[in-house]
Amino acid sequence: MTSIWEYANPKKFMQTSGRFLPWIAGLAALCMVGGLIWGFFFTPNDYKQGSTVKILFIHVPSAMIAINGWGMMLVASLIWVVRRHHVSALAAKAAAPVGMVMTLVALITGAIWGEPMWGTWWAWDPRLTSFLILFLFYLGYIALWQAIDNPDTAADLTSVLCMVGSVFAFLSRFAVDFWNQGLHQGASISLDGRDDMANVFLFPLLTCMLGWVLFFLTLVLLRTRTEIRARRLKALIARERMG
Amino acid sequence: MIGLLLRDLRLAVRAGGGFGLGLAFFLIVVVLVPLGVGPKADLLALIAPGILWVAALLACLLSLDRIFALDHEDGSLDLLATAPIPLEGVVTIKALAHWLTTGLPLTLASPLFGLLLHLPGPAYPWLMVSLGLGTPALSVIGTFGAALTVGLKRGGLLLSLLVLPLYVPTLIFGAEAVRRGAEGLSATTPLVLLAAITLGSIAALPFGSAAALRINLR
Amino acid sequence: MELRVTDLACARGGLPVLEGVSFALAAGRALILRGPNGVGKTTLLRTLAGLQPALEGSVSHPPETIAYAAHADGLKATLSVAENLAFWARIFGTGDIAPALDRMHLRDLADRPAQNLSAGQKRRLGLARLLVTGRPIWMLDEPTVSLDTASVALFGAVVREHLAGGGLALMATHIDLGLDEAEVLELSRFRADPRRAADVFDHGFDEAFL
Repeated sequence: MTSIWEYANPKKFMQTSGRFLPWIAGLAALCMVGGLIWGFFFTPNDYKQGSTVKILFIHVPSAMIAINGWGMMLVASLIWVVRRHHVSALAAKAAAPVGMVMTLVALITGAIWGEPMWGTWWAWDPRLTSFLILFLFYLGYIALWQAIDNPDTAADLTSVLCMVGSVFAFLSRFAVDFWNQGLHQGASISLDGRDDMANVFLFPLLTCMLGWVLFFLTLVLLRTRTEIRARRLKALIARERMG
Repeated sequence: MIGLLLRDLRLAVRAGGGFGLGLAFFLIVVVLVPLGVGPKADLLALIAPGILWVAALLACLLSLDRIFALDHEDGSLDLLATAPIPLEGVVTIKALAHWLTTGLPLTLASPLFGLLLHLPGPAYPWLMVSLGLGTPALSVIGTFGAALTVGLKRGGLLLSLLVLPLYVPTLIFGAEAVRRGAEGLSATTPLVLLAAITLGSIAALPFGSAAALRINLR
Repeated sequence: MELRVTDLACARGGLPVLEGVSFALAAGRALILRGPNGVGKTTLLRTLAGLQPALEGSVSHPPETIAYAAHADGLKATLSVAENLAFWARIFGTGDIAPALDRMHLRDLADRPAQNLSAGQKRRLGLARLLVTGRPIWMLDEPTVSLDTASVALFGAVVREHLAGGGLALMATHIDLGLDEAEVLELSRFRADPRRAADVFDHGFDEAFL
């Protein structure tokens, strides 16, 4: 049986990811387009919210990726710190801008949704505020990567930041809840069996979520491959200079 | 360890502005706010707790990059890393010195600034208690940020970007305690949470700061 | 008391510069590192002092025995000579700074702020710091920079006394200190081979994937 760590070898990673990438990308496109068409055109309007509600098919998956993207960075950072696999550090680096953009998408679609519903583009509601803070965490993380020249030093320092930042992001979420009880509705999907959402909305939403996950995976894999090539180039240039 | 603390304090005093700079900045913010929002006493009283906490936070932020940058430039940091004190001890002492030169004076002077902003009477004790409990966390978290950015050429701006999101929970609980105090409610819950964040930061973050320093020195 | 270095490889800025460095230094002996600029003298000293991890190989010496002195002296401009020295004495737990002040001829300058010292005087203060650490293995990076002839001679005498007292010294310098106890290590023969000096992104990598 081959160990999963084998794929942490850059060469092996390039090989495997190159083979699977087109399939993942194709499946992502299929799920996203299919889910969005299903959601936009084949679901009824909400009796209260009208057709505005359909922005949830973009809003909810983006928000999910925004949070779980950070989670993925945390796991990748831990793997880098414990096992020193370069690919893992580069994957964390690659995921950050994707997660940040997803956070931004969630905020913007939220604003567009909020305007007709709550009568305001922005409210200092706990969920909105948490996402804004999450956006700042992404910003700081990316800025730290950009600021350091030595790639291993950058990987180490950003990993430390990611771990400490995760704790404080969690605390911030809790603090913000304490600070203001908000307008935003609670989670509509949960695993406790008590469905708050009609199946007619749920299934296209789940398709979209799957599409977004695959889309995230595609972008992260692509960006990681680019980072590996950039590191490879750097290594070659360095060798050229020394030799 | 005490030697390091005494040296840092002595340097802060001699360099001029160690104690004064943070306080002066605090004063300027507190003067600028009424100029910006207008002189209405009831409006100022309403926003005073938040303004005082944000001003304290920015005053702390102002002096963070000096925690390690000077020692890094003149080589002391390399020498300290080879000294018999563990690096975790060094960063803790550095944070303590930073608190003694910024957080503590701010806490002691805060009632005066509260007066300028028409802070309601019952809030004063809570203002001092919350700043006294919360500013150590600001120093410890700030030391972590300073350790992350110590070798960087344009570290100052980046340092603010990294540290400010980490300050969110401290700010929320600190300002909430003062606000509840001003309204005559019990401020115990936010204060306990604030103390928990401070104690947790003091207990755990020096390890992160020391790790970041080691990475930056090599 | 012995410093033993076995098959050491070290890197600067992520790139290997030296490999296969091996030597042993016994009490009372000194080793002078030679080599052109950029060969890795400072990198080697920092690695040996424990400031950066070695890529390969091992360094063995009794714990907490190394006193490291870099290009920068770690002086605080606003503190006086005596205060600067007393701080380091306190950190290293030795206490008395009077012998070090006398030995490096700094007694008359003791109350002067470090910012008013000349470059050579600062350097003497930086070297006096070594004396107050009370540690036996000295690692010195260009210790004689900006010292005049008399001070170089003084420094040579101080190093000789240190060695006679059972100490060790490892220094990167181009100046002949007249130390009979010293051996010379030419670092350019340990230069890392660029073909072997490959990181994980330059090792067995198939071009077809790029």
